[in-house]
Amino acid sequence: MALIPLTSPLSTETARSLNAGDQVRLSGRIVTARDQVHQYLASGGNSPVDLGGLVIYHCGPVTIRQGDTWRVTAAGPTTSMREEPYEARVIRTHRPGAIMGKGGMGEATRAALQSEGCVYLHLAGGAAAFIARRIVAVEEVHLLEFGMPEAMWVFRVEDLPALVTMDAHGRSLHSDIEHASHEILKRLLNTPFSS
Amino acid sequence: MINQTHLLSSVTELMEKACTMLPDDVHAALSQAFEREPEGSVARGTLETILQSARLSREHGLPICQDTGVPLVIVRTVPGPVMFAVESAVREALRRLTEKGILRQNCVDPLTGRNTGDNIGEHVPQVHFLPAHEATSIGVMFKGGGSENMSAQYALPHAGLGADRNLDGVRKCVLDAVFQAQGKGCSPGILGVCIGGDRASGHLIAKETLFRRLDEPNPSPVLAKLEETIVEQANSLGIGPMGLGGRTTLLGARFAAAGRHPACYFVTVSYSCWATRRARIELDDEGRISRWL
Repeated sequence: MALIPLTSPLSTETARSLNAGDQVRLSGRIVTARDQVHQYLASGGNSPVDLGGLVIYHCGPVTIRQGDTWRVTAAGPTTSMREEPYEARVIRTHRPGAIMGKGGMGEATRAALQSEGCVYLHLAGGAAAFIARRIVAVEEVHLLEFGMPEAMWVFRVEDLPALVTMDAHGRSLHSDIEHASHEILKRLLNTPFSS
Repeated sequence: MINQTHLLSSVTELMEKACTMLPDDVHAALSQAFEREPEGSVARGTLETILQSARLSREHGLPICQDTGVPLVIVRTVPGPVMFAVESAVREALRRLTEKGILRQNCVDPLTGRNTGDNIGEHVPQVHFLPAHEATSIGVMFKGGGSENMSAQYALPHAGLGADRNLDGVRKCVLDAVFQAQGKGCSPGILGVCIGGDRASGHLIAKETLFRRLDEPNPSPVLAKLEETIVEQANSLGIGPMGLGGRTTLLGARFAAAGRHPACYFVTVSYSCWATRRARIELDDEGRISRWL
């Protein structure tokens, strides 16, 4: 399948043009935010970076300081579901173009993606070296007081492959698979095992 | 006589290798899973990315995952002063590898919210000593937070699952844990399961079983059969790599049994991500690595 080129920041029109199942190739400016940043933003903290249209990446990278700059050695996604209590508010307040992470998110985020015109991009968890290679520059770092993994890192990425798993039309591949696997689980629970 | 310099360099090498080189049995299981998934599927593409990333890590000495986890260190040794030497080498190796950017700063003081910055904190690292008659061996596992969050402990009977106090009840709990985790523990995962034990020992034993290689059979035929059934049934759930659908939800299941109190019947599941990072060494008398186990 051909990868759809996507540049961050992206418009709500672009976000709305994507569908769950689309494979994209992401380039541009992205910002990491995980547990502490989400809690901070959702409780009304000011973002040091204008998040409008940007891709918010759930990631706590491994970085090494090299003189005035930083090198990223590993930067895979973290489990997005932990940000579920905060993400809808972050999306409505800061209007990012996409949320990127792993494992998918819940109902509140799905509703916010739909009403605000935003998508959820999925990356393979643990593919840390692969993803780090697509990060061509560390542009800024903010909120380092939250610790290196929890800071807000501004990365420039090039040709990072990702999968749209939740779109702005209310579809989530994660909930599709959860429902299908639940039906199979119910059958397995009703079939006794004999050792 | 243990030489502290040799010991420190052995422990540092052990940890660096564990963090950057995917064990060959896990790599083989992922390659087989890749072959099983149909051409052009998301599952196959995901496994391809995973294998490619693991190869890059191995070739360039980079962490397999940016979540370099929390270390669990198991030491078998003749009791004596060597225990102090090993504990101090473990702490120093963690500091050095954190500084070098091999390990992420993964220890947060829960009271102040501050990251300690060097992977050392209250009760961290966990170093467990077991008595042995001969050579000292050290095993280390770095288990990531995402998969740790998906670990679970059940108490039987469990009305919601219709699980009684028997092996079929165990099976139901373990399948439920796999279902609950979906892709959030970075499937395809490896399960460590402890049947029995108490609240504390259950978790430790479940985690320790993850040291057993995927190609090493369970010595108990009953548990071996259970492992096989769980892998087969979990894979039929269709959750797939990273929860995006597919035939491979588990790479393996490792079961252990522990005596239980008559009132308690715990089933503890330690979920390990595909990036299961573990390594073990044996030391010579001076603290050099004599062999990799």
